[in-house]
Amino acid sequence: MKILTGNDLKTGAVTWWDGSGWSLNVDDAVDAGDETDAIIAREEAARRINAPYAIEAEKTANGVRPAHIKDRIRGLGPTVRLDLTLKPGDPNAVREVI
Amino acid sequence: MVDSAPNTLRFRDDALVSDPAVTLEAFTDQSNALAVRIEPGEDARDLLPHLDRIRLVEVNFPTFGDGRGYSAARVLREAGYAGELRAVGDVLVDQIAYMKRCGFDAFQPDQPLDAGDVENALTRWPDVYQPTTDERVPIWTLRNGGDHG
Amino acid sequence: MYKYDQWDQAMVDARVAEFRDQCQRRLDGKLTEDQFKPLRLMNGLYLQLHAYMLRVAIPYGTLSGTQMRALASIADKFDRKYAHFTTRQNIQYNWIKLEDAGDILADLAKVEMHAIQTSGNCIRNISSDHFAGAAQDEVVDPRPYAELLRQWSSFHPEFSYLPRKFKFAVIASQTDRAAMRLHDIGINIVRNDAGELGAAFYVGGGMGRTPMIAPLVRDFVPLDQLITYAEACLRVYNRYGRRDNKYKARIKILVHELGAEEYTRQVEEEFTLLLAQNIEPPIAELERIRTYFEDPAFEADASEELSRSDPDFAVWTDRNTQPHRQPGYVSAVISLKPVGGIPGDATADQMRLMAELTEQYSFDECRVTHTQNIVLPHVRKADLFALWQKLEAAGLGTPNLDQVGDIIACPGLDYCSLANARSIPIAQRISERFDANGKGDILGELKLKISGCINACGHHHAGHIGILGVDKKGVENYQLSLGGSEAEDTSLGKITGRGFDEEGIVNAVEISVDVYLAQREDGERFLDTYRRIGMEPFKEALYG
Repeated sequence: MKILTGNDLKTGAVTWWDGSGWSLNVDDAVDAGDETDAIIAREEAARRINAPYAIEAEKTANGVRPAHIKDRIRGLGPTVRLDLTLKPGDPNAVREVI
Repeated sequence: MVDSAPNTLRFRDDALVSDPAVTLEAFTDQSNALAVRIEPGEDARDLLPHLDRIRLVEVNFPTFGDGRGYSAARVLREAGYAGELRAVGDVLVDQIAYMKRCGFDAFQPDQPLDAGDVENALTRWPDVYQPTTDERVPIWTLRNGGDHG
Repeated sequence: MYKYDQWDQAMVDARVAEFRDQCQRRLDGKLTEDQFKPLRLMNGLYLQLHAYMLRVAIPYGTLSGTQMRALASIADKFDRKYAHFTTRQNIQYNWIKLEDAGDILADLAKVEMHAIQTSGNCIRNISSDHFAGAAQDEVVDPRPYAELLRQWSSFHPEFSYLPRKFKFAVIASQTDRAAMRLHDIGINIVRNDAGELGAAFYVGGGMGRTPMIAPLVRDFVPLDQLITYAEACLRVYNRYGRRDNKYKARIKILVHELGAEEYTRQVEEEFTLLLAQNIEPPIAELERIRTYFEDPAFEADASEELSRSDPDFAVWTDRNTQPHRQPGYVSAVISLKPVGGIPGDATADQMRLMAELTEQYSFDECRVTHTQNIVLPHVRKADLFALWQKLEAAGLGTPNLDQVGDIIACPGLDYCSLANARSIPIAQRISERFDANGKGDILGELKLKISGCINACGHHHAGHIGILGVDKKGVENYQLSLGGSEAEDTSLGKITGRGFDEEGIVNAVEISVDVYLAQREDGERFLDTYRRIGMEPFKEALYG
């Protein structure tokens, strides 16, 4: 499926299109289907997102898994500082993302 | 400043040149053209033999990130060109101060500039580090016994 | 070290106001991201993998205790209590908010710091020798010349939209401690036969996609023509550097495509024209700047005694101190490469400690090295033991300068949106491996550098052992190269062959080291043995 991601303009936080807004959690990302360009244009113009782009991803039992490792790391945080990731308590988080 | 054409900002008192600016290629063929437009990849020094008759040089900025026009402006001013030097194209207010220092005295951006932003841009820098032909006295002169003049 | 006068301060303050205004206009929608991006880059603000990243300038790597303390405060107040020292002697914060950028720059301005031109297609931070002012072999302290160039290049109206970024390094010794020939312009301050000081200009070096060693363009530019000559070099580049392809836009490509001779001819032509423009600063300005770089108040008869009774202290002294031109003093290197740690990272607490140590033991001056460590340039031998104890207690006393554990690594795919692979975990695994197998202690000098992508911010081309992370069908893969050198014997590493996965590359490094250990002759470093025996024995061992 095609999901959308970008950074919050003010804070820089990585966010994911959840159907109605931008979530900090990659697992909330929804399939934007054919609407990616339209959503990107609208949301960027309204400054609700900065530097958005569409990526391939799949829905798994655990949530949403971006196709590319770079986006998976974006969804988690730096693999070398678990304390700064979105899943600081999860020892398997890095292995799943790589 | 004379708002002679849409979006134009001009810092000269003399009469506006109404001749259309010809391309560099056409200019070198025409002995009577007064206004020429140079593109980023063209050499402003091709104009040096003709400086005394040129009254307007337009320097095109197809994208603001292509900074060749800044060098074109400076080489013309350094060679003594005293006519209008106009930056045209993708000219944004955040580049105006540097452009002015390089010798541009007119601006014709694709998009109109906000007057307040222009004012801020032009009054932002109390001093300058390096000399150009704009005759602003650089800091290294001020601090070693020079003055603003 | 240099101190701002009212003019320098006014310029930095004006820049803060300008950037605040630009940020507000971006937030209000008056600037698109495309319009804003070059402006924020010229203030060191990147949009990175996880957040905005701010790169603060540390001119020629020199910092006071107050400044180091302010950098620690910024880490606490605006970031996540740590920061990263870079391979260009700068510092980076990884978790910045755009809405805080103006306030951060204002805090920096209070301590004579800024983030001006630390990114963007303009002239970047000017790097220098981290032992400047202390090294026994320097001709003069190179930093006054770096400072003069810094001011000349700041807010330069003609050179702010270059084809690509532009990096200077300035040294003043035969020994190159700043990778000078791997810069867009490298300057070596030398003396001519008449004993006069001048600048040798090397133009067109760089790493990245197409690494090149800068050729000598002019062997002696008199000091009173230094700025004019630099201007000529830049103008030729601005006019003729390629703009059609981002990966061919550095000056090294221009110099390579024209040939050094033709590039030099064009520079000399421009230089002659520029001389008539009188753009050079008065010589009094250089003299004024030099007064900030005079010797600190060294103790005249400082003791040369150094106790070796503590074996750990003895090891650290042997490895992490450098001889000083003043008797009784050394330069001490604080390692930011603890075993298994993240190269170049320091916590805010560690930064505050380093600030104290800088003030107490080094005449309030420290340096950031391009190898991501911190130097205390002027330490009395009598104070060394006490200093070392404090470093040890804070995890800053790893005795691994220029050893295999002193790894240079870019942030890589853990932090950087340009990266293809993670570099930090590789550094950590290698560091742990060589600590565990005990070989780290017997290898001697081994400069290992890791880049997470072809942009080579980890300087892997210049590593005795270099590692480049690549993307192999979405999976991280690592190429091994051998034989690079960033010193005056500059050379670019050669790839061994097929790449390796994460575990494979750590093994490959150990295998290469084993070849060296088996083959080394008296006094040879890894680099020397490689240069003597060539690639074949390594290839044989790696690939069979």
